[in-house]
Amino acid sequence: MVAVRPNAVRVVIVGAGPAGIRAAQTLVAAGVKPVVIDEGARAGGQIYRRPPPAFKRRAEALYGSEASKAVDLHAVFDGMVASGTIDYLPATSVLSHAENVLHALTPAGRREIGYDRLIIATGATDRVAPVPGWQAPGVYSLGAAQIALKAQGVALGRSIVLAGSGPLLTFVAYQLLEAGAGVVAVLDTSGLRNQLAGLFGMLSRPRLVLRGLAMRARLGKLYHAGVTITGIDTDSTGPVAIRWCDAGGKARETACDMVALGWHLRAETQLAALAGCRFDYDADWLQWLPRADRMGRAGGNLYLAGDGLRILGADGAEIAGRLAACACLSDMDLPAPDSAGDLRRLARCERFARAMARAFPWPAQMVRQLPDETVVCRCEGVTAAGLREGAALGGTEVNRVKSLARVGMGRCQGRFCQLAAAEIIAADAAIDPAEAGRLRDQAPVRPLPIGAWIRDA
Amino acid sequence: MTQAQRHGQGAGRLVRLSELERPHVGFCLDGTDCEALAGDTVLTAVLSVRTSVRRSEFGPENRAGFCLMGACQDCWIWQEDGTRLRACSTHLVEGMRLTTTEPEGWLR
Repeated sequence: MVAVRPNAVRVVIVGAGPAGIRAAQTLVAAGVKPVVIDEGARAGGQIYRRPPPAFKRRAEALYGSEASKAVDLHAVFDGMVASGTIDYLPATSVLSHAENVLHALTPAGRREIGYDRLIIATGATDRVAPVPGWQAPGVYSLGAAQIALKAQGVALGRSIVLAGSGPLLTFVAYQLLEAGAGVVAVLDTSGLRNQLAGLFGMLSRPRLVLRGLAMRARLGKLYHAGVTITGIDTDSTGPVAIRWCDAGGKARETACDMVALGWHLRAETQLAALAGCRFDYDADWLQWLPRADRMGRAGGNLYLAGDGLRILGADGAEIAGRLAACACLSDMDLPAPDSAGDLRRLARCERFARAMARAFPWPAQMVRQLPDETVVCRCEGVTAAGLREGAALGGTEVNRVKSLARVGMGRCQGRFCQLAAAEIIAADAAIDPAEAGRLRDQAPVRPLPIGAWIRDA
Repeated sequence: MTQAQRHGQGAGRLVRLSELERPHVGFCLDGTDCEALAGDTVLTAVLSVRTSVRRSEFGPENRAGFCLMGACQDCWIWQEDGTRLRACSTHLVEGMRLTTTEPEGWLR
């Protein structure tokens, strides 16, 4: 066998969050110089997002108990950039993909980036359910509330209601309170009984459970479990109140000027799909996820890591990043570190994450019962009625409904409406959301200013 | 406009909680001179003096961003020269001239 020279092969990593950074580090340790493309101005991803250089808060204030992990990841990445052991393209969006070439938009214009092997670590966004009134200015995702606080030092309102379910709900509420923001209610659609049922599975990571419970205790009477959100009342400037039913079914109303919504995360899978990945519907995370082996091999020269593959959170993403790089190295016949320990740790993260997904579920019932006039697609104002009419006319397949009702055709390309749309279609047809199918991905995966595209970087 | 309003403690949507010791950056919004802080995104700067960045093309409401991580495309804002910026992922630059409505002569 002819020995492969590590740098004869071009490995490209998309994403510089915890998965992308660990993948790069693992490749560099084996003598490979990867290209790292990241949309962020500074590496770190979303959960370890860094404020601009002029900011002064310490890591402990930004990342709490995870500060040492954040500091380490940032230092590892900055070290690789400083030593020239990676090619780093910040503020660069990969928009399309064809025949082993990525089409990217850099600050200077368009650029084509060829590769021999590709590691996609594009993470996730909030999984959001529509609520009547959510199209108003001043309604945000939970992740947005956290990014505003972490990366800009601001709260997005004076009287803040956080609503949804999942670990981020309690975490963001806690962080906002600690920073002195005006949080007036934390509304969890998961009931306490449901949460307790998931606790057993979550005990695979007992420290995380204890930390979560401590943060929950800090929320005190602001926190309500088992609620149903009925709607957001708005005036021309934004929310004025949120209407909800408590666990006992009593109608309640909370005055506010900002609402943040989020039910766990939704994997960012557009690039994986354009690269030819197959998808399976996951019964715990209740969404379509790309198919890959335990190491992240998705077929051919493609590897996946992090929340864009399986929603395990930041710790799981670090492990998955290392594993994908190891798979890549061994497929190139280069020596790779032993992965047995990481595979065990990944399995533990997955047991925990799946239990968490069951304890804090997607609010299927709430979405199925949305009134006809509710906006489902925020981009183009498509209502539940429009969606239901589309399905009645053309059948339940989501891509057909998209072509008739335009849901998923707006600027976000269905990122924030597709799961709710499938749920509503499925409810009317009495089928499982998985049977409605998966929305096909289209390039460019971000809107593309045509003036920028005609400039070659 | 009072000092507090200019720095976003009153007129706008957001509340500055920390990192107030930054140099000021001037920009123009709808023909009015405004000030924000170095390191602000365009979204932060605009929402510190206003409650939204644009009108929705498909509904009666205004828009003020949604995901803040470049995924939802809710926060595109016009510049006076007719180009648009994604406000959450663009940093404010001294002298930017922004408008919350489309410049004259542009189709929505």
